[in-house]
Amino acid sequence: MYSKAFFLASIAVAANAFAPSFLGGRLSLRQGAPTSAVSMKIELPPLPYEYTALEPKISKTTLTIHHDKHHAKYVNVANQMIEGTEMENDDCETIFMKAHKDGNVGLFNNAAQAWNHAFYWESMKSGGGGKPTGDIATQIEKDFGSYDKFKEEFSTAGNTAFGSGWAWLSWDGKKLVVDKTIGAGNPITDGKKPVLTMDVWEHAYYVDYQNMRGDYVNTFLDELVNWDNVNEVFAKAK
Amino acid sequence: MLRQSLRSVRSVAKAHGARAMSSYTLPPLPYELGALEPVVNTEIMTLHHGKHHATYVANLNAAMEKYAEAEAKKDVAAMIALQGAIKFNGGGHVNHSIFWTNLCAPKDVVAPAEASPELAKMIDAQWGSLDAFKTEFNTKTAAVQGSGWGWLGYDKAAKKLAIATCANQDPLSTTGLTPLLGIDVWEHAYYLQYKNVRPEYLKQVWQVVNWKNVAERFKAASA
Repeated sequence: MYSKAFFLASIAVAANAFAPSFLGGRLSLRQGAPTSAVSMKIELPPLPYEYTALEPKISKTTLTIHHDKHHAKYVNVANQMIEGTEMENDDCETIFMKAHKDGNVGLFNNAAQAWNHAFYWESMKSGGGGKPTGDIATQIEKDFGSYDKFKEEFSTAGNTAFGSGWAWLSWDGKKLVVDKTIGAGNPITDGKKPVLTMDVWEHAYYVDYQNMRGDYVNTFLDELVNWDNVNEVFAKAK
Repeated sequence: MLRQSLRSVRSVAKAHGARAMSSYTLPPLPYELGALEPVVNTEIMTLHHGKHHATYVANLNAAMEKYAEAEAKKDVAAMIALQGAIKFNGGGHVNHSIFWTNLCAPKDVVAPAEASPELAKMIDAQWGSLDAFKTEFNTKTAAVQGSGWGWLGYDKAAKKLAIATCANQDPLSTTGLTPLLGIDVWEHAYYLQYKNVRPEYLKQVWQVVNWKNVAERFKAASA
């Protein structure tokens, strides 16, 4: 049994161990999920909202399996792989970048997926989506011409990731760019700084949309994107 | 009326110098949608065949039409740009067409030894036993990252069987092997029923493997 103090302390440690460097170690941890004892392993961050928060756009069933099974497995496997290695105390991003550099495909697949999923949860919120405001809105106009053009490019990326993959909006140092990656791919390996991601592995949408990936992509853009988070991350990326 | 419109489309195509239109069609399932229950349920089969495979066929046709136009204009860059879509959708069509025939109702399943003593002998010779073969197949196929397929293929040069996995919809032909049995491990193949537990799907799917069909393919490949 964990005391509340121990629990909160371990969350704090977990947040620092997990959080990617350019996000400044910030992670919102509103939902309590028991974490393991104080260690510097990659942690599974709780969802930033209730499992029902995104219904009916993304169901409780999907969030439960996606977070508690898929994401959790990537975290667990990555931790098993780094145990006893010099990466044991590294944060997630450092681990997958090292794995990428070393050509360690197995570790990359798991560590990058752990990172990708945490970023994905943060990329969504209840009552999100639609046109952004703030700096990101200005930058989108500048780099894409209009929000609609960005939306079209991002949708295309999501819809044409043939197989399992991700759509990304990233800062490349000079402008915002849309990318699609396959499998566990992450634009950080190209030196970019992601500000928004959308999971298009089938497990992300199959229960709720079946084969209709396009509907999921539209719903993500129209009703789920957490532009507040995008603005926060963008401010740090710039 | 259909023939008339096809003729007129063909003549339009010919007028543009494009090669005669070849169109790919969705093959019907060799059994009812519910035939593979309880191993693969009706809902999955309905979506998998009627939506996923049908979409590969439609997109393959669209890509091939564009390819014909590009070829007529000798637009090599455009032809190259279309190759990804052809590989993906064409591969999807090829793979799924094989897949439906590789499966049958549980009651119609026969053991490999009954379907082809020669095939069964080769499996035993290479893996020690049918169970050992299935274990290796399942281990390798479960380990496919993301979307892909597990295959039992035939190596014509070496005159041997081989287990291989392919990513996305890359057809087995890209490895040089001849496909005998493919198991789809794209999440759409099992998710509604098995969720994230791909190993359970792989454990169960052997109950609907149509060894008679695998044997036919083996016979043709090893002739």
